[in-house]
Amino acid sequence: MDQKRGRYHLNTPSSSENLGQIRDFVGEIARKAGFTEEYVNKIQIAVDEACTNVVQHAYKGMIPKDIDVLVEVNSDKLTVTVSDQGRGFDPHSFPPLDMNAYFANLKRGGLGIYLIHMLMDEVEFMINPGRKNSVRMVKFLHPVESSERKQNQKILLEKSRERKRHAVSE
Amino acid sequence: MAEFGVERKDVNGVSVLYIKGYLDAHTAPEFEQAIRQLLNEGRYKIVVNFKDLSYISSAGLGVFMGFIEEIRNNKGDIKLSNMTDKVFRIFDLLGFPSLYEIFQDEQEAIEKF
Repeated sequence: MDQKRGRYHLNTPSSSENLGQIRDFVGEIARKAGFTEEYVNKIQIAVDEACTNVVQHAYKGMIPKDIDVLVEVNSDKLTVTVSDQGRGFDPHSFPPLDMNAYFANLKRGGLGIYLIHMLMDEVEFMINPGRKNSVRMVKFLHPVESSERKQNQKILLEKSRERKRHAVSE
Repeated sequence: MAEFGVERKDVNGVSVLYIKGYLDAHTAPEFEQAIRQLLNEGRYKIVVNFKDLSYISSAGLGVFMGFIEEIRNNKGDIKLSNMTDKVFRIFDLLGFPSLYEIFQDEQEAIEKF
């Protein structure tokens, strides 16, 4: 029977050796929620990219703490929130990549956040450096029309910018 | 647990790397080391056989980007073969087929050199 609702939590040290464990954890829940293997793989990659960012950047110059992975399953979607207590970053400093320019420069790295946006239906960053930084990623069980998805992304981006303006003015 | 592995076979002037398992930020350094070893030996004609690779993230894709300039500057190339649909979809999503030749079969890739 498909697992249509639930809330699952994994807390693990921020180390690349735990990426496999995190992928297995998320993959099993996504499979039980009814996603096909193709979509399970997409979700696993997106979560892997978010966690890799934490491992490689969040705790630079700090004593590494944990990666927190929360998976919520509803009847129509799966939401994964990856959180850390590291330095944070400005998600707006990562504009959509121009892959032609990327390949022309033979550049390396910088694909992670771009991939997360490509693979998930909704992506939202909540950044509070040193306290809690999160990326919330949603995949719908029944793909939403792309125009609707773009509208959802636009709303999330505006909300995120509003929070940033609010934080700056505080 | 063998989560990633790389084996090598030299076919005349071409080196074939067989990668298996999971290629992510944890295992990418092992793959990098295998390519670096080839370049240190002056072997710039490389085929990577993906038959047994189950998973790739951007850290794995980055390995290909990290060496391609040096390899092509030395009149070599990295050609890719035997990808599963699952792995190909990620390469394709990011447009990597515009930069790398991808073949169904290893022999076909070797003969392209």
